[in-house]
Amino acid sequence: MKTMEITVTVNGKKRTETVETRMLLSDFIREQLRLTGTHLGCEHGVCGACTVLVNGKAARSCLMLAVQADGFAIDTVESLAREDGSLHPLQQAFSDNHALQCGFCTPGFMMTLVDFLQENPNPSEGEIREAISGNLCRCTGYANIVKAVEQASQALAKQGG
Amino acid sequence: MKPASFEYLRPASLEEALQYLADLGEDAKIIAGGQSLIPVLNMRLSTPKYLIDIGRVEGLSYIREEDGYLAIGALTRHVELEQSPLVAKHCPLLLEAVKWIGHAQIRQRGTVGGSIAHADPSAELPCVLAALRGEIVIAHADGEETLAAEEFFLTYLLTSLQPDQMIKEVRFPVISNAAGYAFTEVARRHGDFALVEVAAVVELNENQEIALARLAAGGANPVPCVLESVEDFLIGKAADNSLLEEAGEMASESVDPDGDLHGSASYRRSLVKTLTKRALQTAIQRAGGISR
Repeated sequence: MKTMEITVTVNGKKRTETVETRMLLSDFIREQLRLTGTHLGCEHGVCGACTVLVNGKAARSCLMLAVQADGFAIDTVESLAREDGSLHPLQQAFSDNHALQCGFCTPGFMMTLVDFLQENPNPSEGEIREAISGNLCRCTGYANIVKAVEQASQALAKQGG
Repeated sequence: MKPASFEYLRPASLEEALQYLADLGEDAKIIAGGQSLIPVLNMRLSTPKYLIDIGRVEGLSYIREEDGYLAIGALTRHVELEQSPLVAKHCPLLLEAVKWIGHAQIRQRGTVGGSIAHADPSAELPCVLAALRGEIVIAHADGEETLAAEEFFLTYLLTSLQPDQMIKEVRFPVISNAAGYAFTEVARRHGDFALVEVAAVVELNENQEIALARLAAGGANPVPCVLESVEDFLIGKAADNSLLEEAGEMASESVDPDGDLHGSASYRRSLVKTLTKRALQTAIQRAGGISR
């Protein structure tokens, strides 16, 4: 059997699809589901651009097969903004702080940070830098990304409280 | 950067997985977390005919204390080690080392069995396992056997695991409360593969002399390298700074690193010296000893 039917809950919606067994989760998301917000950089687990949430936790989608995600919940960057188009506090903070330049790495940073801020709602600068160490930004805009995370953590705290 | 085509098999039990291995042998490869294997597949350095996904096998994910060991199921994820009170209590060296494994996204998926089976000489878990003289429980269709770490790691990315075998459990000896420990590493960037890493455990007697020493280096030899001559040298010595200097020197002479684009052989050798000194110093301090 070189194809297989899988069911995944993508951004809250159940999807049943037939995939080639060798298809990476990242290619499944982009090419089969046409959710092209998830970007592919290195495709071997170094750059972090393809980071998505797998059952709520940040993971690299290029280091998983789609068939391995059968039955799992996958959240991509498309899940962040609300239906009315208003931005997630993290997106707003990235925009406010000029934390994206070319924007290629941004979805990966976002998904890494969504998970991180859930675990650690009030991080220090050092903790933020460690949290983003698995994501590469070749425009090298890290300083503004760190600022954006600080703003987002405060915004999320207000929202939650 | 796409894997070559393969048949995907997803056993629900260990018995089923072992039967697949017995039937398919060299044509099959086990996948668990995939954090080491999928890059290899993506680059087509490996093109197995069958991929056996043990990710859903019941009963392979656990951390237990038994008979002086922390017994850790092969499917246990790195993040579970980080969060385990048993690891923090009985093997804090392991906890300190796990934080160096890749990034949070990698530790979320990667497994203990996978790291040991992949046998990267710069990986953290094999180094800790070697330092502590841990064991690996290997299962096959006809039964199981337990191997010492030194029998298991053969050379770069090569272990004594046979095509019909898989790792079932990894056993890390419990570290006594009286012991001090340390894991030190140098990588070019946070989360990169280690250039060199050193794991140390030290126990002192009532005269502040070293009564037990465990020391291993990773990234310096084709396999995680127990620094046995340094361990022997340390026993019975008073723990002071001149001792650290001498131990570091001995450690660097007992390894034979290769150079690559990340670091030359002589740089790695000098890292072995520096990290051995640092690891021993921290371990001695944590054991209640002097120094500084």
